[in-house]
Amino acid sequence: MFQSLGRYILLLRLSFRKPEKLSVYRAEILREMVSQGIGSLGIICIISVFIGAVAAIQVAFQLVSPLVPRAVVGSISRDSTILEFSPTISALVLSGRIGSSIASQIGTMRVTEQIDALEIMGVNAPGYLISPKIISGISMIPLLVIISVILGLTGGYIACLLSRDIAPADFVAGLQNGFNTVTVTVCAVKAVTFGFIITSVCSYFGFYTSGGALEVGQSATKGVVFSCIWILFADLVISSLLL
Amino acid sequence: MIEVKDIYKTFGEHEVLSGITADFKPGKNNLIIGSSGSGKTTLLKCIVGLHEPTNGEVLYNKENFTALKFEARVPIRKQIGMLFQNSALFDSMTVEENIIFPLNLFTDMSKSEKTDRANFCLKRVNLEGKNRLFPSELSGGMKKRVGIARAISMQPKYLFVDEPNSGLDPKTAILIDELIAELTEEYQTTTVVVTHDMNSVMGIGDNIIFLHNGQKWWEGTNKEIAHTDNKELNSFVFASKFMLAARGKL
Repeated sequence: MFQSLGRYILLLRLSFRKPEKLSVYRAEILREMVSQGIGSLGIICIISVFIGAVAAIQVAFQLVSPLVPRAVVGSISRDSTILEFSPTISALVLSGRIGSSIASQIGTMRVTEQIDALEIMGVNAPGYLISPKIISGISMIPLLVIISVILGLTGGYIACLLSRDIAPADFVAGLQNGFNTVTVTVCAVKAVTFGFIITSVCSYFGFYTSGGALEVGQSATKGVVFSCIWILFADLVISSLLL
Repeated sequence: MIEVKDIYKTFGEHEVLSGITADFKPGKNNLIIGSSGSGKTTLLKCIVGLHEPTNGEVLYNKENFTALKFEARVPIRKQIGMLFQNSALFDSMTVEENIIFPLNLFTDMSKSEKTDRANFCLKRVNLEGKNRLFPSELSGGMKKRVGIARAISMQPKYLFVDEPNSGLDPKTAILIDELIAELTEEYQTTTVVVTHDMNSVMGIGDNIIFLHNGQKWWEGTNKEIAHTDNKELNSFVFASKFMLAARGKL
């Protein structure tokens, strides 16, 4: 385990060496941003609306006491969406969508000698392949999480409109009551951290693939599994430190 | 000129190369031959720096390549072109993008200069007009030729070729061999070819090194190879009945 951790840290250090030519790297970062950001928008929109809706319905179901104001449903939905559902669930889904793609792409390049070809040319292969993915991940995943928060809360509102368990006006009032900006800070820190974990862990497993097609698949699976575990661990650490 | 001095390479307990010493001269097609598992590709990877030798040195024009760190190797690597066994073209790039990739990173050429260079390289390998195709749209022989075009785009002093004929029909294989030989003569590159194809050996082998069990077993030219009394080399060269029948005529 310590050997893997050491190799992971060394790979990250190699990834952030001085680039051969900034313009080439910049183009690569933009390409990754489109691939990771625009490419994941659809799935994030769908899961966010449904999770937001389900969260509102379940909170409303549990708070049936006449002593609890109905607006509390909105407040609880808002905080749980911002703090947990949007950053963490989105990150777990994105580790499958983006992480597996990164690990299999880099793994395929490894087994088909494309990484060797880069190294022969004198290109710093980890820098060229991994750093644009990490930079793109830590910038696009927070954006996706922001979209997820907005759509999650919209989903909750739609659920209120459709279910009639709670008045939409109460839900909106709840969203506005007692808003604490710390939740947004925690959400942003989580999103950036998760973006880094997804891209770097999956790049690591892809980069050290050896063998053939079977091993590429195994690397993608390992990348997703390990990034999910690290996401949950980081979620715990960030929540306990910042809340 | 590339000098390989007493190269050893072990993987775990297994010694793959045992004290290989050889010189590869400019303007010559230097062939490394041997049966599967003899250490040919490992030797090639040690020479280009993809594997670090356990012991020994590789010198490029008297400069000790093995002692250099990554950054210090870059100037030498810019003078290296390599064709891989499976061509190793970048899947996400078109043929032209593959060829201009090293130019993008290491030169200040304008866009039109790079396009001109790509067109020149493609013309040199008889693939004019294929600029916009992706590697997945190319045949095996075309991929090899694009690989060669990419390898010569930076006008290398050293050209390395790993199994240029694997997976190709005999006619295409001969075309690739001829192309490598022409480029070697034209640019006076130090060309090192790893192969076990006897057509290549007899066709372009100016200097041949035969590896057996990780050791240099024999060295000579394509004229000398047919008349050697080296037992292991003979069993490799004349493994097929066709070569055995042709032996008297060589």
